[in-house]
Amino acid sequence: MKASQKAERTPGQETTETLGWWTAHKFLILRRLSQISVLGLFLLTPVVGIRVIDGNLSSSRLLNTVPMTDPLLALQTLAAFHPLELTAVLGALLVGGFYLLLGGRVFCSWVCPINPVTDLAGSFRRLFKIRSSYRLSRSARYWLLALVLVLPTVTGVLVWEFINPIALAYRGILFGMGTGWILILAIFLFDLIVSQRGWCGHLCPLGAFYGITGKISPVQMSAARRDKCNDCMDCYAVCPEPHILPPALKPSKNKSPVLKPLDCTRCGRCIDVCAQQVFEYQINMPGTVKDQPDTQRSLAK
Amino acid sequence: MNKTNDKGKAITRRRFLTDTAQAACATGLLGLGLTFIAEKSKVHAAEAMRPPGALPEQGFLAACLRCGLCVRDCPWDTLKLAKPEDPVASGTPYFEARSVPCEMCEDIPCVKACPSGALNPALEDINNARMGVAVLTDRENCLSLQGLRCEVCYRVCPLIDEAITLKRTRNKRTQVHTAFEPYVNPDICTGCGKCEEACVLEETAIRVLPQELAVGQLGKHYRLGWEEEEKAGKALVPDLLNLPDRLPEGTKL
Repeated sequence: MKASQKAERTPGQETTETLGWWTAHKFLILRRLSQISVLGLFLLTPVVGIRVIDGNLSSSRLLNTVPMTDPLLALQTLAAFHPLELTAVLGALLVGGFYLLLGGRVFCSWVCPINPVTDLAGSFRRLFKIRSSYRLSRSARYWLLALVLVLPTVTGVLVWEFINPIALAYRGILFGMGTGWILILAIFLFDLIVSQRGWCGHLCPLGAFYGITGKISPVQMSAARRDKCNDCMDCYAVCPEPHILPPALKPSKNKSPVLKPLDCTRCGRCIDVCAQQVFEYQINMPGTVKDQPDTQRSLAK
Repeated sequence: MNKTNDKGKAITRRRFLTDTAQAACATGLLGLGLTFIAEKSKVHAAEAMRPPGALPEQGFLAACLRCGLCVRDCPWDTLKLAKPEDPVASGTPYFEARSVPCEMCEDIPCVKACPSGALNPALEDINNARMGVAVLTDRENCLSLQGLRCEVCYRVCPLIDEAITLKRTRNKRTQVHTAFEPYVNPDICTGCGKCEEACVLEETAIRVLPQELAVGQLGKHYRLGWEEEEKAGKALVPDLLNLPDRLPEGTKL
């Protein structure tokens, strides 16, 4: 709420003026490049006929050998009592391990095709000054995640895959969209009109799943130079999970400057917009940063 | 909203409880809705054929990852992934025999491509595939049954003289000529759909149907006497039963 009242300034403008356009947009551009290249590699098969990676985000095959499988999808088939073939199991371990190492929800911000859609909705909200937002529960996504894993057991069908917008978007682009775009438009409108950051930040079960993975991931985002923060609020305006900023940026006690790894998508947009260069990516072995005293402040004392 | 939060723990606890209750109710409702979709999806549309080696529909819906690798590896572009509005579960592979039937590749690349086992890797001989069963659904308009020399479905069958044979029947119209009736042997037919594609009629008279729609099944408790007799090596009933004859009064056999 606070952020939207103060954010009449354009986030990142100050950084552009003081540190240059590239510094103010670096991770945004890199992220878009990453999203486009992943999709582009998949598109090589149907468009040009060069087979680098086949399939889609649900399951794929790299260079005709390496299997990759959405780990949440693999769990769903197991929940439906299907004895998964080794190929898919290996693929799920590979993808799960990859995101475990690289920061869990890094999938959300660097790969997921819905991210540009909800980012666009977020930009439109800022542009048209849409302030009203239905407050969804923070725990909603975990309820949904539980539902996604329980329903296959109850019905024997991978129910989530009927409406999973992430799989649907990729499948649509690679194998034919049909009426699938309606669901993607619905998510855009939901984020734009009904609930701010409603889908990715509150509902998406895959985001919740990768969040849990990211909880123990070494790649983290840290407000390492938080003593330099000048309360410009730019990071609040761009962060897809702004509730994680205050505990790291303005802690009540000497708490760790690491942004809650469960929710942080490691998008790096906060690094971009911060003119004071407060934020940085860090590689911390799991468990080493929890509730450790703030070294910089204790040094200052 | 922030105000109430500051007032104390009681409000936070109340908020926590209402939030949880709301979330539980919403999840429950959504779950019911999705279960409804799931149940509807179990109906196997007659025009949508699954690739060779596909598990029975119920198991297939639990196993298929909807990745499209079978589609990519199908050299004939037979398979496609279902769009949300298509007759089978969204994202699952299928083909429509009337437009592009299965060419029955000997190396079965679609089954090899499947990472999850939804297409059963135990299928090694394509002739053992049971994608469906061809059924002569319209005996009135079938040219062969009208006594004309068509038999196209028989000629194109990859298992000619096994899966489809020609049964000689009397031409009902002329009463003197022979009609060559295409006869499907459901134990051998793979359901590739070549016959359906080839049927020369405007609307095909022969169709491949999913197994569960086309094949009848004897009640599990039911035994065929002659089969049991063969198994046992003798009749299971010792003698012919002699039941009392009921005749109108005053009559005799």
